[in-house]
Amino acid sequence: MRSDGFVSQFADLFDEYDVLGAFWVNIQLTLWSALFAGILGTILALFRISPIPSLRWAGTAYVNIFRNTPLTIIMVLLSLGVWTQLGVQLSGDFTTNFFRFGVVGLSVYTASFVCESIRSGVNTVPIGQAEAARSIGLSFLPAARLIILPQAFRGSIAPLGSTLIALTKNSTVASVVGVSTETSGLLKTMLEFHSSLLVAIFLTFALGYVILVIPVGIATTALSRRLAVKR
Amino acid sequence: MDVTSATTPLVRLSGVNKHFGDLHVLRDIDLEVDKGEVLVVIGPSGSGKSTLCRAINRLEPIDSGTIELDGEPLPQEGKALARLRSDVGMVFQSFNLFAHKTVLENVTLGPVKVRRTKKADAREEALTLLDRVGVKDQADKLPAQLSGGQQQRVAIARALAMHPKVILFDEPTSALDPEMVGEVLDVMVGLARDGMTMVVVTHEMGFARKAANRVVFMADGRLVEQATPEEFFTNPQSTRAKDFLSKILPH
Repeated sequence: MRSDGFVSQFADLFDEYDVLGAFWVNIQLTLWSALFAGILGTILALFRISPIPSLRWAGTAYVNIFRNTPLTIIMVLLSLGVWTQLGVQLSGDFTTNFFRFGVVGLSVYTASFVCESIRSGVNTVPIGQAEAARSIGLSFLPAARLIILPQAFRGSIAPLGSTLIALTKNSTVASVVGVSTETSGLLKTMLEFHSSLLVAIFLTFALGYVILVIPVGIATTALSRRLAVKR
Repeated sequence: MDVTSATTPLVRLSGVNKHFGDLHVLRDIDLEVDKGEVLVVIGPSGSGKSTLCRAINRLEPIDSGTIELDGEPLPQEGKALARLRSDVGMVFQSFNLFAHKTVLENVTLGPVKVRRTKKADAREEALTLLDRVGVKDQADKLPAQLSGGQQQRVAIARALAMHPKVILFDEPTSALDPEMVGEVLDVMVGLARDGMTMVVVTHEMGFARKAANRVVFMADGRLVEQATPEEFFTNPQSTRAKDFLSKILPH
């Protein structure tokens, strides 16, 4: 009977709390942040390989600042500094506002890792590719867009995959800027009210992340193998 | 000198100097290349001949002196430099075909993206050029699927597609297996016969004899000697050239 009690108690949790909904919030945070971090990280990588020294300096400075600052501190700064002190609002609706701040924090932080992943990919492209591009008359941006970056992306799929995995898990830090519906917030609430089920609840969330993240790892390994540039 | 003509030379280097750190790789180079001329640059390794070749389209910036193309000095940076480079073909020792593009795309990319040629026209001309260098049947393959000799012939077609005023060859056969050297040299001899202006850094004395109008011998960053191939190979003037030829010609 005890085990039956445990199972039914555990099953009741899923009626009481929207566990899947919480994961969906984290997935949305991850996808939006991946999009913006991807764009920003690519631009930063272009800065870092550009022929213009001041752009290279700016790219390096950005990466050094954001890669070396703990994500939690960036989130606190957004919440207490940008929102509370400066009064910047990203939406009139409270929930949307917090969600957007979460995406901003995750994006600016992750962009520095995306930039370094792409730069490591650029290093896999032989210098002769850039020289050949320049000698048919392509200037920096077209050469980067047509020749260097397409090969660099293929060479950086594995580190980009690791960055995406880290981002997925980091999305829980969005609770710091007030995204209260995501998994780590829900986990805390559930543990508070159902401490007898501590291990089961903990394992549920851990398993949820394993299920989310493992396909990313498998996919990026397969992709990096399939898309590798043959030389 | 009988090799210079009254018209403006296509390429003119004067007082060119270049250092790599403490190494003085180009010392006071004065050199002119006329339209339609085939100039072969030879010399021991480390003599600066590759650097000289790469300086002409500013893949290597120089420290002092001037380089002019068709009477215009080389621009420093940016769009003007890119425009100039589109008129100067370059064939590298390691081919440097765009690894993620097919053979055909390698040849059409420049015309379409730089010259704004229509895709269909660029494709048609590329196929003609690939046919001319004998690799038309490989058009849809990736560079890695081709032999070295085929890749280098595609690289020549890629340079030709831009209708360059001059093509620079930086040791085009040095990375090839011996049995593939001939097919690349045949294409180059054909170009020379058709009147293409060429600057060729090479160790292939046979090519120099067959196709060159003039041979320039470099050693220690200097132009030591220049002459017609016949004069140079039969009657070299400088001791450096005599020494160099005595080491390579018996083999």
